[in-house]
Amino acid sequence: MRHLLSAADLSREEAALVLNTAAEMAHLTGGRAVKKLPTLRGRTVVNLFFEDSTRTRTSFELAAKRLSADVVNFSAKGSSLSKGESLKDTALTLAAMGADAVVVRHSASGAPHRLANSGWIRANVINAGDGTHEHPTQALLDAFTMRNHLGELDGRRVAIVGDVLHSRVARSNVLLLDTLGAEVTLVAPPTLLPVGVGAWPCEVSYELDPVLAKSDAVMMLRVQRERMNAAFFPSAREYSRRYGLDARRFGLLPDDALVLHPGPMNRGMEITADVADSERSVIVEQVTNGVYVRMAVLYLLLAGEEGEAAS
Amino acid sequence: MNWLIKGARLHGADPADVLIRDGRLAEIGRDLDAAGAERIDADGLVILPGLVDLHTHLREPGREDAETVETGSQSAALGGFTAVHAMANTDPVADTAGVVEQVWRLGREAGYVDVRPVGAVTVGLRGERLAELGAMADSPAGVRVFSDDGHCVSDAVLMRRALEYVKAFDGVVAQHAQEPRLTEGAQMNEGELSGRLGLRGWPAVAEEAIIARDVLLAAHVGSRVHICHVSTAGSVEIIRWAKSKGWDVTAEVTPHHLLLTDELAATYDPRYKVNPPLRTQADVAALREALADGTIDIVATDHAPHPVEDKESEWDAAAMGMLGLETALSVVQAAMVETGLLDWAGVADRMSYRPARIGRCDTGSHAQGRRIAAGEPANLVLVDPAHSRTISGREMASLSHNTPFEGMKLPGRVVATFLRGRPTVLDGALQ
Repeated sequence: MRHLLSAADLSREEAALVLNTAAEMAHLTGGRAVKKLPTLRGRTVVNLFFEDSTRTRTSFELAAKRLSADVVNFSAKGSSLSKGESLKDTALTLAAMGADAVVVRHSASGAPHRLANSGWIRANVINAGDGTHEHPTQALLDAFTMRNHLGELDGRRVAIVGDVLHSRVARSNVLLLDTLGAEVTLVAPPTLLPVGVGAWPCEVSYELDPVLAKSDAVMMLRVQRERMNAAFFPSAREYSRRYGLDARRFGLLPDDALVLHPGPMNRGMEITADVADSERSVIVEQVTNGVYVRMAVLYLLLAGEEGEAAS
Repeated sequence: MNWLIKGARLHGADPADVLIRDGRLAEIGRDLDAAGAERIDADGLVILPGLVDLHTHLREPGREDAETVETGSQSAALGGFTAVHAMANTDPVADTAGVVEQVWRLGREAGYVDVRPVGAVTVGLRGERLAELGAMADSPAGVRVFSDDGHCVSDAVLMRRALEYVKAFDGVVAQHAQEPRLTEGAQMNEGELSGRLGLRGWPAVAEEAIIARDVLLAAHVGSRVHICHVSTAGSVEIIRWAKSKGWDVTAEVTPHHLLLTDELAATYDPRYKVNPPLRTQADVAALREALADGTIDIVATDHAPHPVEDKESEWDAAAMGMLGLETALSVVQAAMVETGLLDWAGVADRMSYRPARIGRCDTGSHAQGRRIAAGEPANLVLVDPAHSRTISGREMASLSHNTPFEGMKLPGRVVATFLRGRPTVLDGALQ
């Protein structure tokens, strides 16, 4: 594998390899005073962020540093979408600087594909979230977190609730969880589901309550209040009432079910504070696991390539 | 100079000789001879009337970095065209007699094809008030086609008035059917694929709703209306219904909508980004069938040059549009002729006779789209249908290179184009 652009790039074996490698990373560095491995010494990882995301950027930065890579944060907010430097010129610049891997976050769907396939740069490209398309490392860390609690995900039932239409997290999760054999149900008002969702490898429900009782994990997506201004739903209050995870709905979940959220949360909108802070919420764990999963991805892309060259 | 074309197949039928004298077709028959005429051996070639494009973006004035009237005219001649209709979305907009006259004059100076300016329907294409349509019609440019192409005349009252007003000079409004609210930020055909790719969907209904409204409006006020670049199976159904009522509705389809589908968006390569967007295989099939049965009257290129930097970007940021002039005939051969849907006489009808009639440029001293018959102006194209070529944007006469057919092997080659008896293209090369 040269790039990680979509969760669909991963076969079941490859996905398992990433998750197992992440577990090794956790084992090797978790809880130690010195959390560094020498694996990627001398390699350069560029965090190319056309869109602000402190948490994702920090997670990738920590992951690369724990593998002893040199990390450069390249914030390019003036992308060609806002008539700043073009994606091409940015890519050529990074190529000239000798970047080995580029972690790219962009508001335009497909920007990482352009970077990987345009011939502008030879580096490995990792999609750190592109527009409303995909966020594969988020899906990997979600799967890793669920697997730690639930064991293998084959046959496990996962509900993904909220603004699926605009969510790259939902797209990547549906693809990866399907690959891993889990059964996904998307729950959202019809306005927040994309046209053609019926062809996705998952179930769809407009109602949350009946889905909760049979879910092993429920993942709440961030819903922007401003969406009501474009008539996606009438009001934040009505949205919360119909699709928010509050104490009553939490009670409908099986006893050992997990609550996930990719963050940042809108407390009081899609999830109430008491649910977010409950002991079955693994939201903080997701953040910790994000570093291990990203270490695994960087390691497999960069060190794996070296191995291939040697053999 | 006089020309004797030997053995070309008229509309693809039996071979005949064609004698061009003083810019006109002097004689058509077997075993012609003419002393002093330059002979062209056209054995195996198909001869068609010079093609007429009802929908071309020449970009001048304003975007001479993308195309000029001259380079666009050259591109047209190489594609077998003898007339093009230059769309109004220039800078400044072609919404006054002054601008349309300028474009018309530049076309004459270039001399490769007849450049027929299209006038804007509304001032600045803003959809607020009518441009001086009569002044453009009465100018030397003699505008008959009016369009805000690139923008939809979405205001129903304004559209109604435009349809009514142009009746005074036998004009036609060519509507870019795109309901603006349904397509805010739209990037590609709305369907399962747009959902998967995370690109904002462009629903078919946004096109169909406007077409439905406009055929009803045209019928109500007794005007003719022309629908630009029809792209969906639903649009075809509405137009078929309108025609069955006897209403004066005409429609065009682009070559790219006859051959390419939305699957190409999965590459995220903006080469495939266009307005209206590429649609599904089912839409392509419906469009071909509609062109074959005459529901869709004509092929129009929507030739839309863009400089490299406007296409070499993220999909969302890229400009919409594709080159079309130099590949149109080949694409029609591939999509329509080689599939048995249309014969060469049908191609002549859809790419020359009918577009000239809709544009009202089929009469007068610069008449286009006339039959291949003695006495008519010698506007001709010679095609080698047996030839095939690999498309390369860099090899085109257009200033821009944004062809969606890059690297594709397409049949057919324009061997020669004659504009009123003068070759603009010979042996596939610009003269």
